[in-house]
Amino acid sequence: MQTKLLVGTSKGLVIFSNINDAWKIDSIEFVGLPVSLVYVDDRANTWWIALSHRHWGEKLHYSENEGRNWQEVVAPSYSNYSFKSDKPASLKKIWSMQHAGINRSGALWVGTEPGGLFYSDDNGKNFHLIESLWNHPSRLDSNQWFGAGKDSPFIHSIVLDPRDSNHVYVGVSCAGVFETVDGGKNWHAKNNGLVAAYLPNPKAEVGHDPHRILVCPTQPDTIWQQNHCGIFRTTNGGDVWENVSGKGGFPKYGFALVIDENDPNAAWVIPAQSDEQRIPVDLRLAVCKTTDGGENWSFTSQGLPQANTFDLVLRHSFVKTENTLAFGTNNGNLYLSDDNGNTWKTISQNLAMVNYLAFS
Amino acid sequence: MANVKFTSALKRFFPTLAETEIAGDTVKETLCNIEKTYPGILNYLIEDNGRLRKHVNIFLKGELIKDRETLNDAVNSRDELLIFQALSGG
Repeated sequence: MQTKLLVGTSKGLVIFSNINDAWKIDSIEFVGLPVSLVYVDDRANTWWIALSHRHWGEKLHYSENEGRNWQEVVAPSYSNYSFKSDKPASLKKIWSMQHAGINRSGALWVGTEPGGLFYSDDNGKNFHLIESLWNHPSRLDSNQWFGAGKDSPFIHSIVLDPRDSNHVYVGVSCAGVFETVDGGKNWHAKNNGLVAAYLPNPKAEVGHDPHRILVCPTQPDTIWQQNHCGIFRTTNGGDVWENVSGKGGFPKYGFALVIDENDPNAAWVIPAQSDEQRIPVDLRLAVCKTTDGGENWSFTSQGLPQANTFDLVLRHSFVKTENTLAFGTNNGNLYLSDDNGNTWKTISQNLAMVNYLAFS
Repeated sequence: MANVKFTSALKRFFPTLAETEIAGDTVKETLCNIEKTYPGILNYLIEDNGRLRKHVNIFLKGELIKDRETLNDAVNSRDELLIFQALSGG
């Protein structure tokens, strides 16, 4: 049972502990600094956080004793890499991290902006850019990668096939889903069935905007994504994506997604009004749940504010472990459900913007 | 040897940071020599493409340095080099 909740905010890392079913703040680390990533490597319970300093750039820190001590490592570097324009590339933000497999001790994937995927085989002491993806023809030759709300594309999701550590998917905003089956030597797009309504050709092979991608750990051919243009699911490893947005177009837009660890048909999303507004639908905070693969969606809002609410849930601010779900908002509110999302309670208010959550 | 002073904000990450005499014929050389005393500090000051970070300012003899891209401004003995953070909101 996981009893810690790590909350990465724009003003520090807030660590909650669950003691006798009450979630209380244990400690606050990196006070005043923007935490842009939180990742728990459950192979050895190593906690990772990225900082996005306004002045000093992107930094990576880890803790091997649940936050009591932290060490900094040198962040991934684009030194000696450039864009097609020959303008030198530089690290803008660290968006995602994923361990590279149980059989690859100390190996990590890191997704970044402006679109580079990095690999470390020594627990983050050294990172190298995966050139095969950086030089993918869709980015290099066809100019089909572009920024979404940022100047440059970014890799926000790294999905590992638990059966095979050579099999990895990444989600890029904007470009779409890419897959490798040989540990990163070659990559190909897996966007068949997705819709990019903002492109001249909405069925383009590349140029999609997945907001969040998750794989069902026990049935890894089932992958879900909350996309800019709807909610999509594949049951064949990404060969074909099906639009499983709600009937009548709701839920459809949003950023946050969690899925069940065992049931490939169960998922939860937190819908937003539209990409033009990015507010809760009807200014009421609600979570949508499906248990039949997206055929039907139900709403759960008990315990959540139901009027005049402007809280948006960012893509990494919704997490699930067993029957416990938690999400934080851009207005610094933190909610938790311990009954599989049926009812909710407020854990904290008046935090800073919540960028990232992780259970440990 | 230039006389180098730092913003106190950097002391959070480099607690022993103090005003110091550092050799170097250019700003870049001076920063690289600072790195020898305070390992890791270079990454706080310059981007991975070598340019000065957007929200870092370096003053040489009271003036902002001219070359933020390659940090090639000449540094003379007894010059004063001030490393500050720029003012930014949030």
